[in-house]
Amino acid sequence: MLRLPNFEVRTPERLDEAVALLAELGEGARVIAGGTDLVPNMKHELFTPRVLVSLARLPELRGIGDAGPGWLRIGAMTSLADVAADARVEQHAPALAQAAGLVAGPQLRTMGTLGGNVLLDTRCQWYNQTYFWREALGFCLKKDGTLCHVVEGGSKCVAAASNDTAPALMTVRAELVFAGPDGRRVTPIDDLWIADGIANKKCGRDEILVEVRLPHSGSGHRGAYGKLRDRGSIDFPLLGVAVKLELNTEDAVADADVVLTALQARPVRIKRASELLRGVRIGTEAFLAAARGVAEQAHKQAHPMPNIPGDADWRRAMVPVYVRRTLEAAATRAGPVHAV
Amino acid sequence: MRVLNLLINGDRVEVAAPEHWTLLEVLRYELGLTGSKQGCDKGDCGACTVLLDGKPVLACLTLAALCEGRAVTTIEGLLPAHVKAGGTGPDPVQAAFDECGALQCGFCQPGMMLSARALLDRNACPTRAEIKDALAGNLCRCTGYTQIFEAVELAIARRIGIEPAPRAWEAQRMPADEAERRAREFAEARERQKEPR
Ligand SMILES: Cc1cc2nc3c(=O)[nH]c(=O)nc-3n(C[C@H](O)[C@H](O)[C@H](O)COP(=O)(O)OP(=O)(O)OC[C@H]3O[C@@H](n4cnc5c(N)ncnc54)[C@H](O)[C@@H]3O)c2cc1C
Ligand code: SF4
Ligand code: FES
Ligand code: FES
Repeated sequence: MLRLPNFEVRTPERLDEAVALLAELGEGARVIAGGTDLVPNMKHELFTPRVLVSLARLPELRGIGDAGPGWLRIGAMTSLADVAADARVEQHAPALAQAAGLVAGPQLRTMGTLGGNVLLDTRCQWYNQTYFWREALGFCLKKDGTLCHVVEGGSKCVAAASNDTAPALMTVRAELVFAGPDGRRVTPIDDLWIADGIANKKCGRDEILVEVRLPHSGSGHRGAYGKLRDRGSIDFPLLGVAVKLELNTEDAVADADVVLTALQARPVRIKRASELLRGVRIGTEAFLAAARGVAEQAHKQAHPMPNIPGDADWRRAMVPVYVRRTLEAAATRAGPVHAV
Repeated sequence: MRVLNLLINGDRVEVAAPEHWTLLEVLRYELGLTGSKQGCDKGDCGACTVLLDGKPVLACLTLAALCEGRAVTTIEGLLPAHVKAGGTGPDPVQAAFDECGALQCGFCQPGMMLSARALLDRNACPTRAEIKDALAGNLCRCTGYTQIFEAVELAIARRIGIEPAPRAWEAQRMPADEAERRAREFAEARERQKEPR
């Protein structure tokens, strides 16, 4: 049995009220969306806020719809199940729909939100444990301690970004709309990340993610998500691969993007993916060769660590395999890539 | 403490509970509804699955304070709801699990049957793949799942009045072509039900 520490719950009905509440309560408060990340973490005493501010009653954070010409908006409180099943998301960002559909299991996708997924805490097998367990090992840098169990002598936490939707959102150049004490700010999701496992996002404790915006895609857009995990049903990613291809009228690649997650503290963009694939027509030998080139580049860039479960060497060996398969799946609209 | 108004298995319930309790704790330790199991207590296993406004959720991660006014169905509510709707005996999902021996220790069953009930409520004739997807968040340490999937298929067959496909153990005891034919007939009959008439 894992008891939650004591706290009080507030359920503001308006966004400005929620923002003011967070500003007033300061460090003692935390936002709760679906609670599927926060509640287990609180049971493990990783966070012990005095007050939880629920976003459940804020109308601005709900629903999927238009955000001005050429943009789709997804309210931060939209459940992952709704993101995965939405025809507009499927049309404009197939990789996102696939990634959302592969998060955890069905109950957690009904409860968990897109906003909570974007703002998911980093994960590490030495951190996502009970207080008792962590104490027995003398804690670690990320919480209550002074050393890292992953990198011996390391002074920087390397807990892994493990949110499936983040890399998919990066490939489609999504933007995030935050509301805070100084009003609203819009930031490209690429600029959210910091390579620091302790806090891998530039987002204040007093800020609320209101919505995620995606540019509409054209008819040449292809996307796919590949996910490696132990149990196909409920596990966090051991590796996540999001792919975008933009095809021209001849079905040749005009632009491409590949972003990996579950390796290090922030999602990793594979260098030269667009350069290696540009001009190549899908369904040809040349495409397969170019995809292998991108896979090799990913293998060079990816250095999984024993931060999350799964043998690190095996996870590294799977990087080129999943990159290649996910590129092929994007080209043929056969995603997601998910073997178990 | 907080006073909560909940609609539990069709009954309006007013219950006082500590502000930081989960829905699972309120069900088990305030209301005595111990059918919802406390397994991992952190979102992994699905033993605590209940229906919140008809959808399966994990009660161990749901704050009771955020359930004000909402409808909760626990395993204790399936039989009364079935009887109230004019049926006799347990819910057909429960009866099928019983008949198929879809359990050993039984710990996963309440959650498993609620996920199955919610699936059949939104999709009367799911395929084996759809059943697997819907039950993916309910772990069973004992059965190997086969009898569980067969139980859901038995409930489907009963509802639409067709012969179920032979269960794995039955198929082993009959000629292979007969087992195949019956499995095919079941799949075809289920597909016909799916087609809009
Ligand atoms: C068994 C299990 C398996 C899981 N598997 C996966 C998986 O495979 N992939 C994956 O990506 N995730 C997984 N998760 C994690 C989680 O379920 C999802 O990431 C989910 O999307 C989190 O959303 P939430 O609404 O529940 O977030 P919450 O838990 O409510 O919040 C998460 C964090 O974000 C903050 N937050 C949430 N919304 C906002 C907002 N709008 N503004 C400001 N701050 C906010 C919270 O304060 C908190 O710090 C799993 C969880 C469990 C328990
Ligand atoms: S990477 Fe090191 S410091 Fe960070 S959570 Fe894991 S053990 Fe702790
Ligand atoms: S007890 Fe809730 S998921 Fe295991
Ligand atoms: S019957 Fe024992 S866990 Fe399923």
